[in-house]
Amino acid sequence: MNKIQNNRAWFLVLPVFILVAFSAIIPLMTVVNYSVQDIFDQNNAYFVGVEWYRDVLQDPRLQDSLLRQFMYSGSVLAIEIPLGIAVALMMPTRGAMASLSLILLAIPLLIPWNVVGTIWQIFARADIGLLGYAINGMGIEYNYATNATDAWLTVVLMDVWHWTSLIALLCYSGLRAIPDAYYQAAKIDRASDWAIFKYIQLPKLKGVLIIGVLLRFMDSFMIYTEPFVLTGGGPGNSTTFLSQTLTKMAIGQFDIGPAAAFSMIYFLIVLLVSWLFFTTISQLDKNKT
Amino acid sequence: MSWMAWTLPTAVFFIVIASILVGMTVWEIRSPCIDRKGFLPISTTRGDRLFIGLLSSAFFHLYIVGFTTISIWLALLLSIAWLISVMRWG
Repeated sequence: MNKIQNNRAWFLVLPVFILVAFSAIIPLMTVVNYSVQDIFDQNNAYFVGVEWYRDVLQDPRLQDSLLRQFMYSGSVLAIEIPLGIAVALMMPTRGAMASLSLILLAIPLLIPWNVVGTIWQIFARADIGLLGYAINGMGIEYNYATNATDAWLTVVLMDVWHWTSLIALLCYSGLRAIPDAYYQAAKIDRASDWAIFKYIQLPKLKGVLIIGVLLRFMDSFMIYTEPFVLTGGGPGNSTTFLSQTLTKMAIGQFDIGPAAAFSMIYFLIVLLVSWLFFTTISQLDKNKT
Repeated sequence: MSWMAWTLPTAVFFIVIASILVGMTVWEIRSPCIDRKGFLPISTTRGDRLFIGLLSSAFFHLYIVGFTTISIWLALLLSIAWLISVMRWG
């Protein structure tokens, strides 16, 4: 039977398209235009071709911060995803305790980035901060302002503190959506806890985990405020991530052209990694069915 | 439009991208595509192949510009050939 398709409903998407064009597509096009010119002021702009792209790609400062950024996002994901799943599995399923733990978990998510940065800046200080003082009291040398490793650990720990709840809450909602029949069937088969996790819970969590991994990757890849407040990118450049390097370039030195070229490269990397995550996970799904 | 600091090359670039998107839309309406598996390791639709072709071409250009002295026009020609082969056999 031939089904007549009516696509006129697509016109309803038009307002959204106009809004996105105004807020994202046109600014992005402008950035592309800036990235091929040397801009002095509004009337003095000179076409320089791919010069800025070459400069930016060969700049060791940017290569270093790119590497640092991947290490940071990688470690944040490697800790937050398993930890979030574990927390969700251990949470009570019903009663007052369930509501209480949901509220407690939601608290870090409600705190603004710069406040999180300030909290940790004080909390981790060796002289007056509870965490810094306690670690030093145990005889372990710890100072995030002078030691690069300590600064790294503090920045990662801060992100884990701030965002593991998001993964835990997402997984919790995913777990609650699994019908009881699956668990009953598992019980009849005398499946172990590990088998239940591997064959029932984890596959059912895939949907929310895709969202969780993507959100956490993109957020951590674009992180700015928290490390800026906590360490200011130091000691040296050890916690200077991509967005901070970019801001220094665009606003600090007012190098609009190179900063635009850098933004385009940044954008392409985010696009590539997000696409890779999405495709890998959705392909796994396709192969199974 | 002057605040957008248009240049001829970027204008041509965006016109080409926009025409590709319009062309793909018309093509899809005329003959809707189905998932298929070519030389790429995953099964793809026509739009997926365009995206893969364009994104990999972008990174290829960055590599040529940043780390070699080869002309960007050669990179462009190779990318067009790559895009066509991904669309056709990918």
